[in-house]
Amino acid sequence: MKVIVDYGLGNLKSLQTALEGQGIETLISKDPGVILEAEVIFLPGVGAFRDAITSLAADGLDEVVREKSRAGAYVVGICLGMQLLYDRSYENGVYEGLGLIPGEIVKLREMPKIPHMGWNDLTVAREDPLTRYLTTGDYVYFVHSYYARSGGEEIVAWTGYGEKIPAIVRRGNTIGFQFHPEKSGAVGAALLKALGEMIS
Amino acid sequence: MLTRRIIPCLDVRDGRVVKGKKFTDIVDVDDPETLGAFYSEAGADELVFYDITASSEARKISLEFIEKVATRINIPFCVGGGVKTLEDFTEILRKGADKVSINSSAVKTPDLITEASLKFGAQCVVLSMDVKKTQEGQWRVFINGGRIDTGLDALEWAVKGVELGAGELVINSIDADGMKEGYDIPLLKAITDRVGVPVIASGGAGKMADFSEAVLKADVDGVLAASVFHYREIEISTLKADMKRKGIQVRI
Repeated sequence: MKVIVDYGLGNLKSLQTALEGQGIETLISKDPGVILEAEVIFLPGVGAFRDAITSLAADGLDEVVREKSRAGAYVVGICLGMQLLYDRSYENGVYEGLGLIPGEIVKLREMPKIPHMGWNDLTVAREDPLTRYLTTGDYVYFVHSYYARSGGEEIVAWTGYGEKIPAIVRRGNTIGFQFHPEKSGAVGAALLKALGEMIS
Repeated sequence: MLTRRIIPCLDVRDGRVVKGKKFTDIVDVDDPETLGAFYSEAGADELVFYDITASSEARKISLEFIEKVATRINIPFCVGGGVKTLEDFTEILRKGADKVSINSSAVKTPDLITEASLKFGAQCVVLSMDVKKTQEGQWRVFINGGRIDTGLDALEWAVKGVELGAGELVINSIDADGMKEGYDIPLLKAITDRVGVPVIASGGAGKMADFSEAVLKADVDGVLAASVFHYREIEISTLKADMKRKGIQVRI
């Protein structure tokens, strides 16, 4: 079973529809009992880091996700969901994340326009099953004001916006997309296809 | 590199797409999800839907198009028109839109910008402005479909809107809208010079060169147009090739 975690932020239907388009059937749930049974956990997300992690913790889902990750389940974070995978965030305060990938979430500073919003190109940093259908130069849709600053070992693909922004990350069974694959046209669909083949 | 966005705009009334010339003489074109899917396939980077349904009762039904659009397309889209409250934001985003644009209500209740920005994030909050030059040469903000002069200076309102929390501005020139003689470059330039959020040009596109001009001369992040796309006068793929030749970063 594959579950999209509903922690009360935004619309999850677009993600579910896009996954379904690639043959990935999901359930939307915030029930810890259901999520404990999942072999793949999707953490979607728009909004603020604090709200997201607080909402997860309120239902005990942060511990459930960590426990499932240790037990080998795939955890896939998208946009804010990817940022939750890291140790901590400095978005309007300091908040602990899930700690599944070493690193911190910090504000974009180098560019005159924040948020980083629109279509930007990816550069593949290393071979990975996730990049099977991806070519350096492919465009995907980003909307974010914070990014992951880390040692960089987890980076599968990055984009440039003033600095190198981790765009696709993977550390074992933990996967993150800083952009929105479900809003990234044909390239996004191909990435979800590769993801589907990897996690099925 | 971040690309400049090509954004077809669809005016929706009672669930159907229409296009007005100077906000009157409305002509029916097609249904939102069909046109949305067509543009998504054709290479549009984003879509904007403005619901111009008059009564709030009818709007509730009209907005059902959002869910249909959300399941048909996989590019981002913004919905605006008649948005007055945080509940309107919640409803539109829940139905699957990525952004919500506010216009008249932002002028009447500026706090709405801040509240929506804090609740949903600045990236969801698009401040749309209808601007007209007065006889004294001042750019003024108009509301209620261009009928009421608010007396607000457009440049000041743009800066204020961003301070309040808007994550993007759509600048629609009433003077240029529907004339097909190009975007209002001086107005757009004055605004991109003053704000640190993406600015989308709207109103006046008639030929391919108009789009490049707005990017090259006014440094806008996106260019929005309606009729030239609806009537297939300009194909998005041809337009993007033309912009690329002029050295503009576009997604092809």
